[in-house]
Amino acid sequence: MTVPTELYYTPEHEWVALSGSIATVGITDHAQRALGDVVFVSVPTAGTRVTAGEPCGEVESTKSVSDVYSPVDGEVSEVNTEIDEDAGLVNSDPYGAGWLFKVKLDEADGEVPPGLLSAAEYTAITKEAGE
Amino acid sequence: MHEQLGASLTDFAGWLMPLRYGSETAEHNAVRTAAGLFDLSHMGELSVTGPGAATALDYALTGQPSALRPGRARYTMISAADGGVLDDLIVYRLADEEFLVVANAANAAVVSAALAERAAAFDAVVADRTDDYALIALQGPRAAAILAPLTSADLTGVKYYASYPARVGGREVLLARTGYTGEDGFEIFAAPDAAEYLWTELTKAGASDGLVPAGLAARDTLRLEAGMPLYGNELTSDLTPFDAGLGRVVKLDKPGDFVGRAALADRAQQPAQRQLVGLKLQSRRIPRHGYQVLWNGKPAGTVTSGAPSPTLGMPIAMAYIKPDVAAAAAAGSTGLAVDIRGNAEPARLVELPFYHRQS
Repeated sequence: MTVPTELYYTPEHEWVALSGSIATVGITDHAQRALGDVVFVSVPTAGTRVTAGEPCGEVESTKSVSDVYSPVDGEVSEVNTEIDEDAGLVNSDPYGAGWLFKVKLDEADGEVPPGLLSAAEYTAITKEAGE
Repeated sequence: MHEQLGASLTDFAGWLMPLRYGSETAEHNAVRTAAGLFDLSHMGELSVTGPGAATALDYALTGQPSALRPGRARYTMISAADGGVLDDLIVYRLADEEFLVVANAANAAVVSAALAERAAAFDAVVADRTDDYALIALQGPRAAAILAPLTSADLTGVKYYASYPARVGGREVLLARTGYTGEDGFEIFAAPDAAEYLWTELTKAGASDGLVPAGLAARDTLRLEAGMPLYGNELTSDLTPFDAGLGRVVKLDKPGDFVGRAALADRAQQPAQRQLVGLKLQSRRIPRHGYQVLWNGKPAGTVTSGAPSPTLGMPIAMAYIKPDVAAAAAAGSTGLAVDIRGNAEPARLVELPFYHRQS
């Protein structure tokens, strides 16, 4: 299982890449493995307000449907249209081409938004769950 | 062993089973085009032996195992007295007085108890042999070519639903030409201590033919495409074989009484209350077990199994719907949909199975 150290994480298995006022969001390698082959992804359209900890989309695999929770407060600025064509990118490149959406943060003060986990903290969570 | 292969394991009826090794879609496609290897050791194996074994099974099951010749097998069911399905089974007649009944893992205890109770009045002994057998399934168009060099058995002489003792990789096994994928293939019953060796030998033998290890996830989409029922989805104790369109497994013309006969004979005369149908969708979302089927916006049935079909490239489902709706939809009327989490996704009624192998 890959957990890049430069990213932040949520207990719901999303990752967040911070760059200035923009947060890029995806699901982790651990999540895509647990889900199996992803066949459909639904994410909020650009302009939608999202709230940290609230469901804003879903990832559907051959076996199950899972909610996607927004890790941050803000407004969706861009969505990954590539995964509309090829949802399998979420499996093949979860931290790269399989990103889901970008959020313009409400508070772009350079601080890490509250509630996000470091790579080490996230790894510890997945280990605790025995996975 | 499976973990060494990178398998994701799942708890299935108390067995830790491989759900998938890599991509379940890739595993599915390998079985359709080359071959896949499944560990099915969780399946329940029950032996019924003795001079009265055949008549005991005729009484206990909906089918007529006494009519099987040794070396042949049959798909059948075991019903409760009210006709409800307790499990679907494959019965192998190994010898005149020896049968092997293969039950679903989750139902093995129920089937074992029911068989023991029903056989009590006959000169027959029922034994749960689940822990004495490992079961490996080799499935796919390349299955026979992969197996042939490992066995002295003449595979061209092994018909579909035939079984006989054979040696595979030097180990004594029961070799059966059965499966649950819609492809040609074999199921190999072996002693548990031979299983890992056989798995390794088959994997080696099949590597150049594209054989891959396959998990329960691929097994489920393969059987769905093949229109085969899954107990707990298409079959339950609230349904009779007739509901599932499988009235052919109920041998009402066999001699003697059998458990469920009166209820099933009655049911055979009644108009159907529901019909098991196949649905194809154009949506990206997947219809799943328990989702409601709509007819012109009104509830008309329930999805029993659904998945993205790797072979057809679209979501497919089996569903129980009202017979009048099935008739109207079959005649070409539109208006059928599946309620997928609040979205009415249009569905098209198709004949089962979704997939027929080229042979």
